[in-house]
Amino acid sequence: MTIIDVPTDADLVRFVYAEARMLDEHRFDDWVNLFTEDGRYWMPLEWGQTDRRLTASLMDEDKLLLRVRAERLKGNRTFSQKPKSRCHHVLQAPQVDSRDDAAKTYALYTPFHYVETRLDEQQLFAGWARHTLVVEEGRLKIRLKRVDLVNCDAAFGNIQLFM
Amino acid sequence: MSMNLYTSPASGPAASPRPYARYRGNPEAVRALVRETEVHRDVYIDQEIFDLEMEHLFHTTWNYVGHDSQVPNVGDYFTTSIGAQPIIMVRHTDGSVRVLYNRCPHKGTKIAIDGCGTAGKFFRCPYHAWTFRTDGSLLAIPLKKGYDQTGFENSDAAKGMAAVANVKNYRGFVFAKLSAKGPGFEEFFGESLSSLDNMVDRSPAGKLEVAGGVLRYMHKCNWKMLVENQTDTCHPMVAHESSAGTAVNVWKEVSGGSNGKRPMAVEIFAPFMSPYEFFEGMGIRVWPNGHGHTGVSHSIHSDYSAVPGYFEKMVAAYGEERAKAILDENRHNTVYFPNVMIKGPIQLLRIFRPLGPDKTLVESWTYRLVDAPDMLLERTLMYNRLINAPTSVVGHDDLEMYERAQEGLRSDANPWVNVQRLYDPAELAQEQAVTNGTTEWQMRNQFRAWAKFMTMTM
Repeated sequence: MTIIDVPTDADLVRFVYAEARMLDEHRFDDWVNLFTEDGRYWMPLEWGQTDRRLTASLMDEDKLLLRVRAERLKGNRTFSQKPKSRCHHVLQAPQVDSRDDAAKTYALYTPFHYVETRLDEQQLFAGWARHTLVVEEGRLKIRLKRVDLVNCDAAFGNIQLFM
Repeated sequence: MSMNLYTSPASGPAASPRPYARYRGNPEAVRALVRETEVHRDVYIDQEIFDLEMEHLFHTTWNYVGHDSQVPNVGDYFTTSIGAQPIIMVRHTDGSVRVLYNRCPHKGTKIAIDGCGTAGKFFRCPYHAWTFRTDGSLLAIPLKKGYDQTGFENSDAAKGMAAVANVKNYRGFVFAKLSAKGPGFEEFFGESLSSLDNMVDRSPAGKLEVAGGVLRYMHKCNWKMLVENQTDTCHPMVAHESSAGTAVNVWKEVSGGSNGKRPMAVEIFAPFMSPYEFFEGMGIRVWPNGHGHTGVSHSIHSDYSAVPGYFEKMVAAYGEERAKAILDENRHNTVYFPNVMIKGPIQLLRIFRPLGPDKTLVESWTYRLVDAPDMLLERTLMYNRLINAPTSVVGHDDLEMYERAQEGLRSDANPWVNVQRLYDPAELAQEQAVTNGTTEWQMRNQFRAWAKFMTMTM
């Protein structure tokens, strides 16, 4: 992989596409490694939610919890994944909302449609991904991926993979 | 009366048509579904049984409506349901909490559908602007003269929004019973209220508030499977090996097996992997009318880290001895028959809402202990997210089992579900007991109550 000093907008956008492809290809260990050690995957429960601590979220996973999920998906006794779920992302072109080259921190906004299937069931979700990306040791990493569903407060069945 | 025929959806297209009225008007047939150690599959899959539950079971029992902190001011309301009935809980002008049927007496329109809101001094139907006081009584109708000399004052509509007569606000928790028949509040719950007491007593102010938001999780299974699961202590180490077991293993790997302080998430997951002996030893207590709880002596909530500043506040409020007694109680899951479970030590309530024989909405509510440190609510919310959310790996483990059971019960090879673990015929004469923590007595207790309240008004 090329070493990145200051990423171009094209580098940032390419990263977001590659991340979605990684999920669609079930490369979950690689995906978890895209996160910084203090990285988080956050899926709010409330519309326009600002608080993570004293307001419930659908997901608010640190890297440890993401590792647990990735390991669980591989497990021999993970019965909700026998057979396995599959997922499919359609992304709108990611938009670079802000660049801070001094801090090497970048914010992107990506509307998406996401399909998760298992057995005969297919579920469609729509939402917006907001990435906070940083450069660490010459590589882009995810410090925060916030996923807002358009129907975040609806009653859902299982959501087992990642948007 | 003509005999209607229908095909039970739960039996699939291959099943032959069945007579519709197998159970309606036939309390003996309903009672026969519950044996001493078995229950018939129809309690989970049959549409007619489900309809009878909506008409009888959810009318003759006391059901949780909401918490009075959701309607703090006069005119505040909260929309919900009891069984299949649309319900509004509202703070009346006299300060009491009232429970009304959420239906305009005119054309049936639901008066409000937006969860929590404020009506002000009166409800106004959005269809024809009929207005109602917050006790449901009719206030005004536009162009009222159109009803002059029509005998309107004798109509059902003139009575306004129907109010539920049997309502009890118990330390902030509002319960209602729709039928005039059935036991009173104290008789129905009896000593089981000690679990609610303990949950509320954990606030230094003796007060809870709904906080954090509600997690809503749709299940394609019968609601009773979820209620049974609440005191099923032989499944965690099996069904949750994939989630809790993996969490324990990943933490071991990441921490290098050190005995350092475990993160909050690991503290929450790890006890699910406790061995059978742990669950046997924790004990189960059964009460009359289908109530009961796991975790008499200890539970999966016993070993959480102390929250700085909390014990001091409890001692200041209650004195040391009483504070210790409150906090030493670590009841795991308390089932309030028919469809509520609370976790006192972490201030969490789950309600298993029946939507169909094979469809259940699970709502998981959380409460703030008034005057206690925020970290307690933070932990409660983390527990709820990790265990009860539609995105929760523990939830995935459980739902997979319920849905497999819902489908497996179509098998004609054996129509009976077994609830025999640690059965002793002597229990039939015992209304209340503390016993081995892996017993299925509490499940049997629920089904005995189910047969009683199903047939009480049949």
